[in-house]
Amino acid sequence: MSDWLKKFTNQPNSANEAKERLKLVLIHDRTDINPEVMEKLKDDLLKTISHHIAIEPESVTISMLHEGREQRLVADIPLKHYDRSKVG
Amino acid sequence: MTAKIITVTSGKGGVGKTTATANIAVALAQMGQRVVCLDADIGLRNLDVVLGLENRIVYDLVDVVEGRCRLKQAMIRDKRFDELHLIPAAQTRDKNAVSPSDMMKLGDELREEADWVIIDSPAGIERGFRNAIAPADEILVVTNPDVSAVRDADRIIGLIEAEQKEPAKLIINRMHPEMVQRGDMLDAEDVLELLAIKLIGIVPEDEHVTVSTNVGKPVVLEEKSMAGQAFRNISRRLMGDEVPLLNLEFKDDFLTKLSRIFK
Repeated sequence: MSDWLKKFTNQPNSANEAKERLKLVLIHDRTDINPEVMEKLKDDLLKTISHHIAIEPESVTISMLHEGREQRLVADIPLKHYDRSKVG
Repeated sequence: MTAKIITVTSGKGGVGKTTATANIAVALAQMGQRVVCLDADIGLRNLDVVLGLENRIVYDLVDVVEGRCRLKQAMIRDKRFDELHLIPAAQTRDKNAVSPSDMMKLGDELREEADWVIIDSPAGIERGFRNAIAPADEILVVTNPDVSAVRDADRIIGLIEAEQKEPAKLIINRMHPEMVQRGDMLDAEDVLELLAIKLIGIVPEDEHVTVSTNVGKPVVLEEKSMAGQAFRNISRRLMGDEVPLLNLEFKDDFLTKLSRIFK
């Protein structure tokens, strides 16, 4: 069903829910990485990176993307903002 | 001329593997091809009843593999097409009676006997599945547009990749166009996006399938059946023809459309 029609009718759409649930399930099935492993991975990554550079731990996101049947782990790690006026 | 070996598999049971195998085989035979169907579901054979050949079984797949009969003796000729044969599965044995290398050897022998060998795989991801795909040149994965069938299809597709086989092609079976239209069933696009493989056909839900299985006469022999038409199209695509997808759009009358919009 087209998006505008969905908004218009305001009907619950179980097919969309099926698709969203399947997306998550398939990522875990394909990679054997569950949410718990992801959290641990994130913690370890944060620790290692913080040794070398200053980052904002609370704004780090790590997610699994898939392109076709390829899985890709994507980490978005914003660096800590420096106030340049105070440096030097 | 040497046969192409096609294996029909799915992961999940009950999605229509045997129906697809029987119908693709009969449709190919209708086009004048020499076809051998092989039921690899040892212990749970069904291809014989779907084809209506259950009363003619003398020897089976395990008899051939264990050397109790010659290959030709286990090939049951179809009632309708002289060039269509079935090698039934054994009913009283289990999957471990046959190995993937037995299947490769059998596949090579069958290549000389036909243009097409269509293998019906058992459900699951174990030995029976591995037996069924071992000799395959091409693999067709059957799924239904529902969460569990798609999930299991994904597992199977991953295992086929790991075996370094040609990428499998997808049959989406038992599609209800009217449910898709009201947003209560995954449509073909959703399923293809999730599984990321090529489509070879969409088969609509069709009461003719149950009736045809009741009497052992595959639905492709039913001229008017939509599912039959879909399976005929799949067979033509296997032959290399470009056949457009069936238009499965649910034909609403104007008033139901209107009432749905304003509900």
